[in-house]
Amino acid sequence: MDDFLIFDRVTKSFGASRAVNEVSLSISRGEVFSLLGPSGCGKTTLLRMAAGFEAPDSGRILLNGKDVTALPPEKRPVNTVFQSYALFPLLSVFENIAFGLRVKKRSKAEITREVEAMLALTQLTDHAQKRPSQLSGGQKQRVAIARALVNKPEVLLLDEPLAALDLKLRQHMLTELRRLHDEVGITFIYVTHDQGEAMGLSNRIAVMNEGRIMQLGGPIELYEKPQNRFVASFIGDANLLAGTVVSVMNTGLNKIQVPGLGELLATSSLPLSVGETVELSIRPERIKQGEKSDASTNSLEAVLDETTYLGSSLRCVLVTSGHRLNVDLPPQFAALLNKGEKVRLTFAASHTIALPSSVI
Amino acid sequence: MKRRLNELLLTLPSFAWLTVFFVFPAAIVMVLAFKPSDPLGGVAAGWTLDQVKELGDEQYLPILWRTLWLSGATTILCLALAVPMSFGMARIQGPLKHVLLLLVIVPFWTNFLIRVFAWKALLHPQGLISRALQSCGIIEDGAVLLYNDYAVLLVMVYTQLPFAILPLYAAADKFDFGLLEAARDLGASSFRAFRSVFLPAISSGIGAAALMVFVCTLGMYVVPDVVGGTDTEMIGNKIAQRVQSDRNLPLASALSAALLVGVSFLMIGAWWWRNRDYKPKEANP
Repeated sequence: MDDFLIFDRVTKSFGASRAVNEVSLSISRGEVFSLLGPSGCGKTTLLRMAAGFEAPDSGRILLNGKDVTALPPEKRPVNTVFQSYALFPLLSVFENIAFGLRVKKRSKAEITREVEAMLALTQLTDHAQKRPSQLSGGQKQRVAIARALVNKPEVLLLDEPLAALDLKLRQHMLTELRRLHDEVGITFIYVTHDQGEAMGLSNRIAVMNEGRIMQLGGPIELYEKPQNRFVASFIGDANLLAGTVVSVMNTGLNKIQVPGLGELLATSSLPLSVGETVELSIRPERIKQGEKSDASTNSLEAVLDETTYLGSSLRCVLVTSGHRLNVDLPPQFAALLNKGEKVRLTFAASHTIALPSSVI
Repeated sequence: MKRRLNELLLTLPSFAWLTVFFVFPAAIVMVLAFKPSDPLGGVAAGWTLDQVKELGDEQYLPILWRTLWLSGATTILCLALAVPMSFGMARIQGPLKHVLLLLVIVPFWTNFLIRVFAWKALLHPQGLISRALQSCGIIEDGAVLLYNDYAVLLVMVYTQLPFAILPLYAAADKFDFGLLEAARDLGASSFRAFRSVFLPAISSGIGAAALMVFVCTLGMYVVPDVVGGTDTEMIGNKIAQRVQSDRNLPLASALSAALLVGVSFLMIGAWWWRNRDYKPKEANP
C-alpha cells in the first residue's frame, strides 16, 4: 500500500462555513476510494481540491510524492467525471472524447486510434458522430467517463456520476464502472451520497460529515463496526438505543442499562468505563424472532406496530417501553404475524455495538 | 389548426404595425428612386433610371469605402469590448450583475444627440480628454482630436456598445460555465477554454451583436455630422445632404434604397449562415 494521493491537514472555508476541516487522508495507487456523506458534508469540495478547481485555505495535497496544491487543473494528471457530465454540446461524441488529446496536440492518427479504443471500451462506437443532446443519460455518462479516461489520468475523480440516472441504470453503470476499473487499473476517487454505490464499488470509504471524516474503512468494517452514531445511522438504518454502562466484563462484553429494556450485552471497539453513557446500534436484519439461545444473546419482548412487505424481507416496526425498533424478518412471517401481537426478539451481543456518546 | 390560428392572431398587431410603418415607407423609398426630381424639391411625374445611374458617380465610391471600413471597425471594436464584458457579467452573481446591466442601459436615458455633443465637449482642445492627454504629454498642446475618422470611430463605438453587449450577454447568460471547468480539467489553458468552448457556445450572440452594430452604423449620420469633419462623411450624411441641401428626394431615395438592398442581402446571408446544416466539427478549427 503506497500512499499515492495524500491530503495533508486540508482546510477550506466558504465565507463563515468550513466546508472541509483539517482533513488528512491517504489514498493508495489503483484503489477505488469513496467519499461518502450527506450533501454539504464537504466531499465534493475535497474532490474539487484534488482536481484543482478550489485551492485549500491551508494544508497540502500530494500526488505521487509531488506537491500539487498550487497547480492549476490543466497541469494536474487527474481528470474528472462531472455530476452534470459537462459534455460540450456543440461537439460530437468523438470530438468530446478527443478534446483532451487535441489540446495536447497529439497527432491525428494517434487521436483517432485512442478515441476509437475508448469508444469501444465504453461501447459507444455506434454513437461517435452524435451530439450529446441525442444521447440517453447512461450514454452521456459513458461519454463523460471516456472523455476523462482517454487522457490516461493517474487519478480519475468521479463526482456523483450516477446521481442523475434511474435505479436500474445506476446498478448497470456501477457494474460498468467496476469493469472499467479492472481494465484501466487507475485510482478512482468516487464521491457519492449513496451508501449502496459506495459499498458496492469501493475498496475503502471515508464517511464524511460537516467537513470531517467520521470513519475510514472498508465497506464491511463500516457496516459491522461503526465507530460513532453518525456512521451507524448513515450506513444502513441501525436502531439506536441510549443507555449507561453498568459493568465491563472480562469477556470483552459490556452490560448496558437501557431505560425500559433492562440490561443488554454489547461489544465495543473502544474501551468503556462504568457510568459512561453510550448508544447501542443494532442492525434490523440482526434481530431475530425466537427464544434466547445462549448467554451472550439479548432478548426482549415487543408489540408489533406495523409491517411492510419488501419481497426479500418483512420490515417490522415493534414497540416496547417507548422504544421503536426496526426489525427485518424473513418474508414468510408476513402470514404469521398480526398487528398488536407480542413478539419475542433476540439479537447477539456481538451484533449489539456500544458507541460512546462522547464521539459525536 | 386552432393553435396555428392563435399564433396568427398574436402576431397580427406587430405584423400590422410593421406593414404600416416599415413596409409601406420602404416601398415608397423604392418607388421614389425611379422618379425624376423636380427643381422645387418635389417629385416629378413619369419614370426614370437617372437616379440609379447617378449612384455610379465616382464621388460615392470613397464614401462607400469609408462607410464600410468605419462600420467594420466599429463592429470589431464593439465585439472586442463586449465579449469580455458579457463573459464577466454572466459570470458574476448577485446584485453587482444587475448594477452592471443597469449601467449598460443607463445611457439610453439621455438623448442620443446630447450624448454625441457631449463627446464634442470632451474631445475639444479645451475639453477634459484633450487636456488630460496634453498634460500627460501624449498629444501636443492645441492638437485637435475632433473632425477626423478616429473621432467618428470612437463615438460610434461608444454609441453602439450597448447594442453589442445586450445580445452577447443574453447568449453568455445561458452558457454553462461548468463546461469551462471541464475544458480546463482536460488540459486546456483558461484562454484555450474561453476560445474553444465559450466563444463557439455564444456564436449566435456574436452574430446578432455584429449584425446589429454593423447595420446600425452603416446608416449612421449624426455622429460623422457632429464629431466628424468635411472629409469624414458617410452614406448617411450624403442622403441627408440630398434631402436637406439639394432637395432631391428621388436621389436620396435611390441612395437609401441601395443601402436597404445591401443590408437585406446581409440579413439574408446571416439567416442562411444560422440555418445551414449542422456537420460535426473538429474542436480545433
